[in-house]
Amino acid sequence: MDMQNLLHMANKIGSFFASMPDHEEALQGISGHIHSFWAPRMRSQLLAHVDTRNGEGLTPIVLEAILANRDSLKPQSELK
Amino acid sequence: MHKSLNEQDVGTPRSSAVQQVTLEIDGMPVSVAAGTSIMRAAAINGVNVPKLCATDSLEPFGSCRLCLVEIEGRRGFPASCTTPVESGMKVRTQTPKLQSLRKGVMELYISDHPLDCLTCAANGDCELQDMAGVTGLREVRYGYEGKNHLSDKKDESNPYFTYDPSKCIVCNRCVRACEEIQGTFALTITGRGFASRVTAGVDQSFMESDCVSCGACVQACPTATLQEKTVIAIGQAEHGVVTTCAYCGVGCAFKAEMKGTEVVRMVPYKDGQANEGHSCVKGRFAWGYATHQDRITKPMIRSKITDPWREVSWDEALDYAASEFKRIQLKHGRDSIGGIVSSRCTNEEGYLVQKLVRAAFGNNNVDTCARVCHSPTGYGLKQTLGESAGTQTFKSVEHSDVILVIGANPTDAHPVFASRMKKRLREGAKLIVIDPRKIELVSSPHIRAAFHLPLKPGTNVAILSSLAHVIVTEDLLNKDFIAERCEDKAFTEWRDFVSQPENSPEAMQQVTGVAAELVRGAARLYATGGNAAIYYGLGVTEHAQGSTAVMGIANLAMATGNIGREGVGVNPLRGQNNVQGSCDIGSFPHELPGYRHVSDSTTRHLFEAAWGVTIQPEPGLRIPNMFDAALDGSFKGLYCQGEDIVQSDPNTQHVTAALSAMECIVVQDIFLNETAMYAHVFLPGSSFLEKDGTFTNAERRISRVRKVMPPKAMLADWEVTVQLSERLGYPMNYSHPSEIMAEIASLTPTFSGVSYAKLDQLGSIQWPCNENAPEGTPIMHVDRFVRGKGRFIITQYIATDEKVTKKFPLILTTGRILSQYNVGAQTRRTGNIQWHEEDLLEIHPHDAEDRGIVDGGWVEIQSRSGTTVLRASVSQRMQPGVVYTTFHFPESGANVITTDNADWATNCPEYKVTAVQIKPVAEPSQWQKGYTRFAKAQQDLLNQAQNG
Repeated sequence: MDMQNLLHMANKIGSFFASMPDHEEALQGISGHIHSFWAPRMRSQLLAHVDTRNGEGLTPIVLEAILANRDSLKPQSELK
Repeated sequence: MHKSLNEQDVGTPRSSAVQQVTLEIDGMPVSVAAGTSIMRAAAINGVNVPKLCATDSLEPFGSCRLCLVEIEGRRGFPASCTTPVESGMKVRTQTPKLQSLRKGVMELYISDHPLDCLTCAANGDCELQDMAGVTGLREVRYGYEGKNHLSDKKDESNPYFTYDPSKCIVCNRCVRACEEIQGTFALTITGRGFASRVTAGVDQSFMESDCVSCGACVQACPTATLQEKTVIAIGQAEHGVVTTCAYCGVGCAFKAEMKGTEVVRMVPYKDGQANEGHSCVKGRFAWGYATHQDRITKPMIRSKITDPWREVSWDEALDYAASEFKRIQLKHGRDSIGGIVSSRCTNEEGYLVQKLVRAAFGNNNVDTCARVCHSPTGYGLKQTLGESAGTQTFKSVEHSDVILVIGANPTDAHPVFASRMKKRLREGAKLIVIDPRKIELVSSPHIRAAFHLPLKPGTNVAILSSLAHVIVTEDLLNKDFIAERCEDKAFTEWRDFVSQPENSPEAMQQVTGVAAELVRGAARLYATGGNAAIYYGLGVTEHAQGSTAVMGIANLAMATGNIGREGVGVNPLRGQNNVQGSCDIGSFPHELPGYRHVSDSTTRHLFEAAWGVTIQPEPGLRIPNMFDAALDGSFKGLYCQGEDIVQSDPNTQHVTAALSAMECIVVQDIFLNETAMYAHVFLPGSSFLEKDGTFTNAERRISRVRKVMPPKAMLADWEVTVQLSERLGYPMNYSHPSEIMAEIASLTPTFSGVSYAKLDQLGSIQWPCNENAPEGTPIMHVDRFVRGKGRFIITQYIATDEKVTKKFPLILTTGRILSQYNVGAQTRRTGNIQWHEEDLLEIHPHDAEDRGIVDGGWVEIQSRSGTTVLRASVSQRMQPGVVYTTFHFPESGANVITTDNADWATNCPEYKVTAVQIKPVAEPSQWQKGYTRFAKAQQDLLNQAQNG
């Protein structure tokens, strides 16, 4: 899927949670939202982008959230 | 459920008093509520007092003088409609003197009335005729040679009803209905004495006047003066069936009056709890599409969209569709196909489509068109209050003191509820409107908004945070409510956030364009004006911050304690008939029925046990994700039931490119819609008149849809899904939609008490309906929030990416109008076309003048997504810098212009904000020229199939 669009979507999610005063809660919010609402193929692609391009194009808080909760974002099929 | 064609009319409205009064009527002791009229007291106890100007939907008027009674100890003959009962009163309704008086009155009426009863359209349904019989009228002493109105010209301008002044008895019922029920004030009685006549507007025809064709006047007319043209054409119905309108989210109950399997007319059902006997031009009159010649009633298939369609049997079409889906999954993987179900479909149909996707396709790639309208409501209210639904009944508005309307235009999009709202406003409730446009509610007959905040599109969150800022910093919070009902930490964080100076109305003025004093005044009124209710629509949700705005609304309600009782609450006005229901029954890719996430193993196991399959534990693709996946080659097959994604989704060219990249698109619809032009299999659908089921309206009210005629294509939509599923190797065993609802109830705690039997018994049910609330839940969050404690959420304003620039200096916002509905597939095929035959671009005079644009001239609208051409309507309703259009006609290409920008949480498109440039032009856009060629080619391919 269009990577730029996925990055844009992730950053928008990050913008919302970035206003939370509790930073840890914000990180959990970002990764939790992506986990709850993104199909596995979208999450795989995002994680691959983080791995191969160091998350280029992601805002710092989104990248931090993904790195902090990386395992939870992996599709279940990849955990087996 | 067949109903009597003529329900009892007890003459005057119900009294809301609790106190009972006992009196005697014709020697019979009766007890009724204080404030009840003698007429009503008599009628509900089986004594029918003659009447003509009284009807129980209107306040008593006391003009016809037929309902006179005698009351012991009182002089004269008071009108029973205007005389309230009193304790100990002794009333006589039938005496020789009363009979004589009534007969005399009837003689006067009949002396100026055409005596053409046998050929009159109202024959058998005429109250004047009935009263002539009741009063024993046998002669008219005045003769018929005097002055009369028999040669008065009929007004046949309205496509649905005629006005025949020769049959008018000047009872005022139509005028009063237009005022009291509809609130339009389009009718009046002009002239005096004998010259008195009903007049629309200022001596105009009905079509030229302000009449909105709601039908309230027709409903109220006791004669054939205002008569449906269908009744004139085909005569009186012989039976009636109560069902639910298939248009907007109000969900009005109608009685389909039938002659065999032919609809004669749709009459708003008096006992319908959503509409209480009222209607709008769509539900009342615009049902002719169901039998329109464009209906496709035979299944069709083709290999490529450039091939002619081939009419085939149901078996061949379903076999082909199933084999294609299996082929694609074998080639591209389990997740390469999915389904979309429209919010126009019934709950049972939606449930079956998501079940087919999860159980037969084996993935969670299912979505509903609620994605593109109210998905932010589901998300925002779940996060704050704990349930993805509005909190009230429509009737609750009768207890509101302050009504805040934001991003909604109820008089056009939810007209029957708007009439209830306007009635309350005329009674004195205060109104706040937050909308870029000066919508009708801001200023209309007997309605004036106390505050209109004409914000710039895209700044709802800024306004909502500013309102909250005033409430917090001016100490207008309901602290007791917050302390008892809401999470403390979340509240403290939110309070600190909104208190920041940058959220003040003064600071936000540059962003919103709204004067700070207006915001402060509106906030004070909302917080201190008594029961305050918020009503909102797509002008809130269809934004990049749609979900944030919904949370901002919930924050306001919690901060002021305006939740959990009559007259208050958070009220999303749902666009389509079953938006609420489609979300409730699991049409979203991440949720099973009852808003339970697919990752919840307990819920998943419940469904797995019932369905006998394994359900994937991760969310599927949303509609926009499906398009993106189609373009990258990983999504190849789609089952699309009842939804026209090509016309209704944003960035049309992106959508059509995605569909063109797919291998098998199966469209199930009643017409060859825009999406079907890209389809390989067409499965003919059934209209709401042809099937059983339920719709759930904006107030969580589940109502029955009842079949009144056989499906034109032999199968109801739910049967088609069942047969497709069987061919995919997953048989579903249902013999009637009631069994589908029984399954939903057995698996969904909020629906566990719902059944067709109970719906028949109660009329309708607002969920949750279970052991804790066996008859449903009118008001939610009464003692506690569904999530326990209410959760305030910080709503930081973030400007949309859709910036105005020198190249695109104006903001386009899109919406709906009264006479057309959504993509127009239904209403464009009715007489409603007379009110709106094309989509227009509304533009402020300053913006028009700057560009040399004249009213009615062609203009090009160019955005970052595309270009289209419409005719201009120069209008003061717009603010400078903002233009507006509707999307009811495919050739308009309104969504060629809208962009892929979407709500951060739900991907709901930002239809309401598109940066554009406008200029006058002389010819259609390139897209329109291409569309015209493509649509004609597709029509030719259809014609080839139909002509053999």
